[in-house]
Amino acid sequence: MRQEVVLAMLAKEPSHGYRLRARLREALGPLGDAMNAGQVYVTLARLEKAGLLAVEGSADGADRADRKVYALTPAGQQRVGEWIAEVGWPKPDLAEFHLKLIAAASAGLADPLAIVDTQRRELLRRVREAQLAAMAEPDGSAAALLLEGIVLRLQADLRWLEACEKNWNHRRSGS
Amino acid sequence: MSEAVGAPVLSARGVRKEYGEGDGLVRAVDSVDLQVGAGETVAIMGPSGCGKSTLLHLLGGLDRPSGGEVVLNGRRIDDISEKALARVRRTDVGHVFQSFHLMEELTAVENVELSALLAGRAPRAARRRAEELLERLGLAGRSGFLPSALSGGQRQRVAVARALCNEPLVVLADEPTGNLDSAAALDVLRLFRDLRESGQTLVIVTHDARIAATADRMFSMRDGSLVDETRLTGGTAGRLGALAGLED
Repeated sequence: MRQEVVLAMLAKEPSHGYRLRARLREALGPLGDAMNAGQVYVTLARLEKAGLLAVEGSADGADRADRKVYALTPAGQQRVGEWIAEVGWPKPDLAEFHLKLIAAASAGLADPLAIVDTQRRELLRRVREAQLAAMAEPDGSAAALLLEGIVLRLQADLRWLEACEKNWNHRRSGS
Repeated sequence: MSEAVGAPVLSARGVRKEYGEGDGLVRAVDSVDLQVGAGETVAIMGPSGCGKSTLLHLLGGLDRPSGGEVVLNGRRIDDISEKALARVRRTDVGHVFQSFHLMEELTAVENVELSALLAGRAPRAARRRAEELLERLGLAGRSGFLPSALSGGQRQRVAVARALCNEPLVVLADEPTGNLDSAAALDVLRLFRDLRESGQTLVIVTHDARIAATADRMFSMRDGSLVDETRLTGGTAGRLGALAGLED
């Protein structure tokens, strides 16, 4: 999990470490179980050291990471903005993209549908490149088969983007 | 004869299509602006029910908009008489449909020549034109076959030949690969690439990213509106190695 994901989950409002973990668990469902608490707290400590987060206080004066209240610094806010605008293909990280949409919507950083559109533009350019290359190969050749594999994978990514679009469009019109 | 590439052949200005009224009002197409240049291929993608087929019908004169203007080759077609509109449909616009819409009792060549005959061409000239097109589309040996004796890809080729028969200003295709398997879809993709290279103006409504990605421009449609435009030519390149896992 990239550090920016943890940062972005704090973009809406400062939060205790344990609240942050709860938000991630809620967003990731059963996949959230794969993230252990230690990983999140180590990331928070690193981000604090890097000057991207600041500790605003703690729930009961305790020094435990889960009780501290973390907030973004201006440098942290800038880093989140850059991460939101970044296009993460061709190495698709589904959870990262998913959390990007959630963070963008909850903190009002960007329109999730605009993020989906940006990602789709980038993907379509790659589909085009692979498809034109596939069409130039003789049918049944080994190279055509590999290129078809690339196109099929990209199509799967596009279908998922379509599902994201539908879901976020529905949420927007429902709100 | 043909205009310079880039001059608009087809445009929509504030085009709307509404059904029902009051609380039951549905805006199938909502204030669409679109310009298609001569020789350009434009793809429109969007989820089922977003209004893309309805938009295509409005652009091709198969239906009339509730508001706005559709201009084909400098002339409005949304407010002309039914007779004039039928003429536009026959001669200025070529339609390609997902399920081919071929006449099952006519052979391939008869299907193609029919549109030329309806447009007033002499029978011998119509037959010659149909045979030429079938040959160009790789179906010379199939011209006497009934559609039922042809594969899906071949049937779509016949449908494209029919659409081209009257040298239309624009070909409008609605999910042209929708009913085809992967190999036949590739065949149709190559056909559209060839049409594009020959300077034919094309508007394709599709779910299929492969066909949309081969267009010059791609629009995303959502809830009846065009919400995003992507120019696909001249974008990033050289990432195929990374996509195949050959590089980071």
